[in-house]
Amino acid sequence: MSATSSATPNYNFDIVKKFAFMAVVWGLVGMSAGVVIAAQLVWPELNFDTPWFTYSRLRPLHTNAVIFAFGGCALFATSYWVVQRTCQVRLFSDKIANFTFWGWQAVIVSAIITLPLGMTSSKEYAELEWPIDVLIALVWIAYAIVFFGTIVKRATSHIYVANWFYGGFILTVACLHIGNSMAIPVSLTKSYSIYAGAVDAMMQWWYGHNAVGFFLTAGFLGMMYYFVPKQAGRPVYSYRLSVVHFWALISLYIWAGPHHLHYTALPDWTQSLGMVMSIVLFVPSWGGMINGIMTLSGAWHKLRTDPILRFMIVSLSFYGMSTFEGPMMAIKSVNALSHYTDWTVGHVHSGALGWVAMISIGSLYHLIPRAFGKEKMYSVKLINVHFWLATIGVVLYIVAMWISGVMQGMMWRSVNADGTLTYSFVEVVAATYPYHTIRWIGGLCVVTGMIIMLYNTIKTIRSKDAAKAEVPAQSAQATA
Amino acid sequence: MSTFWSLWVAILSILTLVLVFSLLYWNMKNYTGVEEGKSMGHEFDGIEELNNPLPAWWTKMFWITAVWAAYYLLAYPGLGNYEGFLGWKSSNQGITTLAESKEAREQAEAEGYHVEYDAELRRADEKFGPIFQQYAQQDIHALANNEEALEIGQRLFLQNCSQCHGSDARGGVGFPNLTDDDWLYGGSPAKIKETLLLGRKAAMPAWQASLGEQGIKEVVAYVISLSGRDADPALVQAGKAKFGACAACHGADGKGSLAHNLPFGAPNLTDDIWLYGGSERAITETLQHGRNGVMPAWKDILGEDKVHLISAYVYSLSNK
Repeated sequence: MSATSSATPNYNFDIVKKFAFMAVVWGLVGMSAGVVIAAQLVWPELNFDTPWFTYSRLRPLHTNAVIFAFGGCALFATSYWVVQRTCQVRLFSDKIANFTFWGWQAVIVSAIITLPLGMTSSKEYAELEWPIDVLIALVWIAYAIVFFGTIVKRATSHIYVANWFYGGFILTVACLHIGNSMAIPVSLTKSYSIYAGAVDAMMQWWYGHNAVGFFLTAGFLGMMYYFVPKQAGRPVYSYRLSVVHFWALISLYIWAGPHHLHYTALPDWTQSLGMVMSIVLFVPSWGGMINGIMTLSGAWHKLRTDPILRFMIVSLSFYGMSTFEGPMMAIKSVNALSHYTDWTVGHVHSGALGWVAMISIGSLYHLIPRAFGKEKMYSVKLINVHFWLATIGVVLYIVAMWISGVMQGMMWRSVNADGTLTYSFVEVVAATYPYHTIRWIGGLCVVTGMIIMLYNTIKTIRSKDAAKAEVPAQSAQATA
Repeated sequence: MSTFWSLWVAILSILTLVLVFSLLYWNMKNYTGVEEGKSMGHEFDGIEELNNPLPAWWTKMFWITAVWAAYYLLAYPGLGNYEGFLGWKSSNQGITTLAESKEAREQAEAEGYHVEYDAELRRADEKFGPIFQQYAQQDIHALANNEEALEIGQRLFLQNCSQCHGSDARGGVGFPNLTDDDWLYGGSPAKIKETLLLGRKAAMPAWQASLGEQGIKEVVAYVISLSGRDADPALVQAGKAKFGACAACHGADGKGSLAHNLPFGAPNLTDDIWLYGGSERAITETLQHGRNGVMPAWKDILGEDKVHLISAYVYSLSNK
């Protein structure tokens, strides 16, 4: 340990605790909303004939809750934890950090109220209306000030790789959110995008794909680069690999949006370019997976006893799988089959549940007892139960969507000898019912896991057995 | 795209790829001054980083994508206005009318482009065109008894018509039932085909302003009485006096325009078939705000041959 550890800085863990706890709560809320809409696809009457519970209004609530509420809180919690500990200084400003917490919770609560009421900008993953968008922008700028302010006043000479990813994520999401949400308000609850036609579509998917690339990938890679070596007690495998894959990942991702608009009114050159960048992107994406998995080499035996590490290794496997699948689906001729089918939904969830949720859950299980000054989580057994529920749930979900998606694509394009389509649309809908039921069951497993996690978290926070060493004395934890 | 923007985007695209692969090239060598496999010497909260080389298989894969990307961007449109050496286009872009489409197709063909959409259409026409042409020469009456023709007609109906008229062709609110013998524009083979080819536009005016609330109430009562239902006799009487304006389309007897050989598509009000609902509330709404029924013209979308088969199918539904 370097000389700094003898005079451990007084870290701000209060903000980390708040965000970490809310990440677990919003994870449960957002995934439960997902299970409800999955059930609606099997039993449409579950909207109870009300406008507020229709699929079209609950679906954006689900996506906003899991991406921005669950994912967002997990990113805030871990980035505030990581940036302090790897820069060896307290956060730049406690007040501004507190504003990011309350501001972000206000955004989430507003989303939960306005989306079921039908207030929407109708842009996917950016449905929230303009006053909430303004608040998001303010919180995000505050977040950037706290994060980069902390980097600036760091006590270490280098900036750790996890912080490159967190930093890239924070900067780019600010540009994406502000760029795509530009709109002209006509009332407090309604606005119209300043972009029109194909330009609007391109802006939307420049934002939409990079919400995946930066919010759901770069940010969580930051998480991976701290919590995987920490939990495994191993050094990061390759510094040079992290240099290449970081810069290549962030420079290529930003071009990949047009693959969401293959065979549309978007000009040919934009579609081709988006496809080329998406396919090249495959390799640097795997760079992150390799660095994570190779970091675990030498610690494989720990997988037998440590369910937290299991969460992490499975998340990296899903990351590798979905970053292979994504570029394949970006190829125009593959996309011609996969687009608009359940395959896309399965792909998103192999990334969102397999990668994002699993790495967050693993990191939170590592972070929660340490931030709250406890020896360990209340029950390691329950972490293990959660691990199996999550894994089985995700596998059921993805496999069901693969089958259903490929089936849909094949049925839609199947023609008779006279050139007429073999199946009408409703016939295809009817054929998907069994798979939609399996998907719902998969979702139920995942949500059950989250209920167990919330219980385990509350029990941990309330438990009386404080860690032997005080929280800031980190040298004791480095080997924990 | 202007030359400036074309160059702007092409240069940025190429620059991104060049920088990414320069970065890869640079990192394939050990420039760190640290022995391979050893720690880089910095430590963050207990985490060290090793200076391991990039995996060789991964590096190879990366270079393969570079070669492929270069080929693809040379062969296909992708760099600004550069069109690619294969002359490939997904479709003729910026087309707004069928005439423009035809012109663009001919021009692209003359200039030697491979337009994917045009090629697909041509293939389909060559392969399936003769089948439909053969049926198009037969009389609709005859086709209505030809099992195979009806199956094709039904499939075309399910793909193109069921969205409004329903999979069973029984229609819905605002969309006529095609299985009964109640017709707005005529149920003969010729009339059905005319409706399909050219489309129909029906317009029921809004009467709120001219009739007023009381007037609407009276006419509604009269309309209800026309189909043999009970209504307040005083209102019916007053409504009957105001029905003159309606008679222009629906006929003085309310039996609809078809009964009087008129082309308005105004429904028969004396039966119990209601296009927009026959309840007091629905009729009131129709009278207050009017209705605008639109049947699209399918001539240019499906072509006359396919319309012929759909006509036979629709005709067969009420002429079994």
